[in-house]
Amino acid sequence: MHSLSRHLKNTAVAGAVALGMIAGLAQAATTITGAGSTFVYPILSKWSADYDKKTGSKVNYQSIGSGGGIAQIKAATVHFGASDKPMTPEELSQAGLTQFPVVIGGVVPVVNIPGVEAGKLKLTGPVLADIFLGKITKWNDPAITALNPDIKLDDSLITVVHRSDGSGTTFNWVNYLSKVSDEWKTKVGEGTSVQWPAGVGGKGNEGVAAYVKQIKHSIGYVELAYALQNKMAYTQVKNRDGKFIEPSLASFQAAAASADWSNAKDFYLVITDAPGAKSWPIAASVFVLMYKEPKDAAGTKAALDFFKWSLEHGQAQAKALDYVPLPDALVKQIEAHWKAEIK
Amino acid sequence: MLTHMSSSDPLAVSHGTTAPSRWRSDGRADGIFRWLVAGAATLVLVVLGAAAAAMLWGGRLTFETFGWHFLFSSEWDAVNKQFGAVVPIYGTLVSSLIAMLIAVPVSFGIALFLTEVAPYWLRTPIAAAVELLAGIPSIIYGMWGLFMFVPFMAARVLPWVNQNLGGVPGVGPLFQGPPLGIGMLTAGIVLGIMVIPFISSVMRDVFRAVPASLKESAYALGSTSWEVVWNVVLPYTRSAVVGGIFLGLGRALGETMAVTFVLGNSHQLTASLLMPGNSIAATIANEFTEADSDIYLSSLIALGFLLFIVTFVVLAIARIMLHKLAGKEGNT
Amino acid sequence: MNSPHHSRWLYARRVAANAIAKSLGTVATLFGLFWLIWILWVTLEHGAAALKPGLFTQMTPPPGEDGGLANALFGSVIMSLLAILIGAPIGIAAGTYLAEFARRPAWRETIRFLNDILLSSPSIILGLFVYELLVRPAGHFSGWAGAVALALIVLPVVVRTTDEMLRLVPNAMREAALSLGIPQWKVTVQVLYRAALPGIVTGVLLALARISGETAPLLFTALNNQYWTNNLNAPTASIPVVIFQYAMSPYEAWHSLAWAGAFVVTMLVLVLSLVSRAILLRNRISHD
Repeated sequence: MHSLSRHLKNTAVAGAVALGMIAGLAQAATTITGAGSTFVYPILSKWSADYDKKTGSKVNYQSIGSGGGIAQIKAATVHFGASDKPMTPEELSQAGLTQFPVVIGGVVPVVNIPGVEAGKLKLTGPVLADIFLGKITKWNDPAITALNPDIKLDDSLITVVHRSDGSGTTFNWVNYLSKVSDEWKTKVGEGTSVQWPAGVGGKGNEGVAAYVKQIKHSIGYVELAYALQNKMAYTQVKNRDGKFIEPSLASFQAAAASADWSNAKDFYLVITDAPGAKSWPIAASVFVLMYKEPKDAAGTKAALDFFKWSLEHGQAQAKALDYVPLPDALVKQIEAHWKAEIK
Repeated sequence: MLTHMSSSDPLAVSHGTTAPSRWRSDGRADGIFRWLVAGAATLVLVVLGAAAAAMLWGGRLTFETFGWHFLFSSEWDAVNKQFGAVVPIYGTLVSSLIAMLIAVPVSFGIALFLTEVAPYWLRTPIAAAVELLAGIPSIIYGMWGLFMFVPFMAARVLPWVNQNLGGVPGVGPLFQGPPLGIGMLTAGIVLGIMVIPFISSVMRDVFRAVPASLKESAYALGSTSWEVVWNVVLPYTRSAVVGGIFLGLGRALGETMAVTFVLGNSHQLTASLLMPGNSIAATIANEFTEADSDIYLSSLIALGFLLFIVTFVVLAIARIMLHKLAGKEGNT
Repeated sequence: MNSPHHSRWLYARRVAANAIAKSLGTVATLFGLFWLIWILWVTLEHGAAALKPGLFTQMTPPPGEDGGLANALFGSVIMSLLAILIGAPIGIAAGTYLAEFARRPAWRETIRFLNDILLSSPSIILGLFVYELLVRPAGHFSGWAGAVALALIVLPVVVRTTDEMLRLVPNAMREAALSLGIPQWKVTVQVLYRAALPGIVTGVLLALARISGETAPLLFTALNNQYWTNNLNAPTASIPVVIFQYAMSPYEAWHSLAWAGAFVVTMLVLVLSLVSRAILLRNRISHD
């Protein structure tokens, strides 16, 4: 009898707790949701955490890939999308969307050649294209040794490592190769994933980094943060002005600053192969996509407040995570764009 | 196969001896219960039907554009919008086949160990430990595969395989190639490890469910425990054992995350198991989030539909083979 | 043929076959455990830096800050529980139908066949299906959608195991119970389920183990959440998605959290499996 009543009491308590939980679980959605580009995920989560501490507003951004970001904002399941590849003005107006850049990064070639340290090997766009086309197959190919008279390179076979998954990193990489090599442009072309003429595929930046580290005499491409965090041997690349440049926040920044943003309708600009003596040739910007006339106006307003704060006050956090914050002039231009475009 | 004479008309048995009022309420309760379980089974059909229809609908653009060519082309070019499914289908079948070649005998061994060999106190912990292999997130299989297993294969296993099997006439071409570590063989092994818990758990449970009287009569005739398992337990449970194997096969065919890390994801058709390949599930997972044209997206979804078809064919072949086997043995 | 010499030789061969089979079984078990230990050791080694009490109390951090996986653990537990609550009863009922009620063999075999196909559909496809069904019409990602997607993975596993285990219950048990005049539903619930219980529980546990590590179906249904949420209508965090995102990042601290998360998930599965088996064992002893 005693145990029965205790049993009943326990059941009642458990039931009440369960009911309370389900009631709590059924409230309406309130947080701001964004999704898309994997590249921008770390900095947006950092900005979000700091913004939450300051204002108590929660912005939840999730990396599902740039293509996913575009698809989700088009399906209106998120307040904003993010993509490494800008949408064209026609695509934007068709979907009733607008876009603006939020942060700059860059893609860097990384190599695994015994004895070659980070920043030593010098390469040019056309040579990179020929390596990835499978035309240059050995490290002592005259095209490479001519650029690197001081480095001893042997006749080891080059293993090319590329991304296996579709990615914004790949988009910027092959966009650059298409700009500097006609053969690449006609044979392979550009896109978030292409039919690679040579090499093996790694999943994500991490996968490419792991393969390049494991396979001797290999070459791959990753975002700067992965090259730095994994202590990999990145290379110099010759830019449009004919100078050999090391990848760094400064050279990314130079590329972003030299780009002609003011004449780009809807900020539609891919900043690879940027002009300027100090510009890194494979810099990339990340774009945020929003509705011009959103259904959830309050949510979109809250999201814009978040980006305003991030662009104006988030520079230090960006640099700490190997991203380049936007130049001040560009931030002003973006804020004017919001006023004009988003209702 | 087991036959249930009771399931043909169970009510007749139960109604004979009961009073009329209970008769009716029992009949009603039975009716409701039957409705409930039949409804649940129908739901399974509806879910599968709806998922397949959704895939077919999503893939219609691809089937309209490429037609049969989609099935026979090994092209996969997102830039020029040319898609074909040969490479992923081939990779799915081969990697799953390797997985089953490893997992089925190993799982049978584990089930044998857990029901006949191990001391009683050891059985539950080891069974739980093996089942744990099913609880490891598949992304972790992928990361472990990428950082630990691939280098291990590249340095220790593949050079040996290449040297000793690469020259064997007939199967040699399967084992030739540079020891990159990634590829079909590695993916197949990882898949095999992942499905072991599914097959071995079911085998163990069904072996234990064999009525003791059956086994004891065999022991009484002087059979060794191996003979009991092989001649009594296995025939008695064959249908369920095959069910367990299908459970594992299903997992292997549809697995994505682990495979994408170790398969190499190349859309090139090669005979060698040491070279990178691709699978249907891996292709979808790799490219779905970045697919930037309608035909690209549609082709990925069409691949998903093809996996239903591939599974259908694989299961159908397995069933036909089983049927033949059962016929040869004069049925059990 | 039956000379004593020959029969002795035959006996020796039978004993040897027995010994070989048993040792191969032992080797197979060691083979299975070898991988388990290797993988667990790797997760432990790489996750050690993040394995501290904060793992269970702090939220998922941005890079460079200290944090844990509390929100993701909570989300995973809630969604997995809901998935089991939705999927297991339906799966057990459908398995019961197949084993006990379906009369026409052709119909029964068709459902079994289709269930096997459902079993091997890639989880990302089930996720996409739920996305079209629940997320798009609602206009936002939600924990409910995640739970439903996971339930679709639970369903075929439970159907398959329940069906198999019920079919192994000897017919004599059914006949004995039915001849006492017990209605069929009671026979099923009180006699057959009890006899088949360990196997059915194994099926549910395998399903639970499988969904506890699934990333693909959650990415397009529950999405993920940087913050704690009690709201199942909002995007909900889960361990597998967090592991995926952190593992693919460049930062060491995030990598540690990912490995630690994997270790915790695996241990959770271990505890669940041991506890449910212990309960099962106790019930058996007290009832038998």
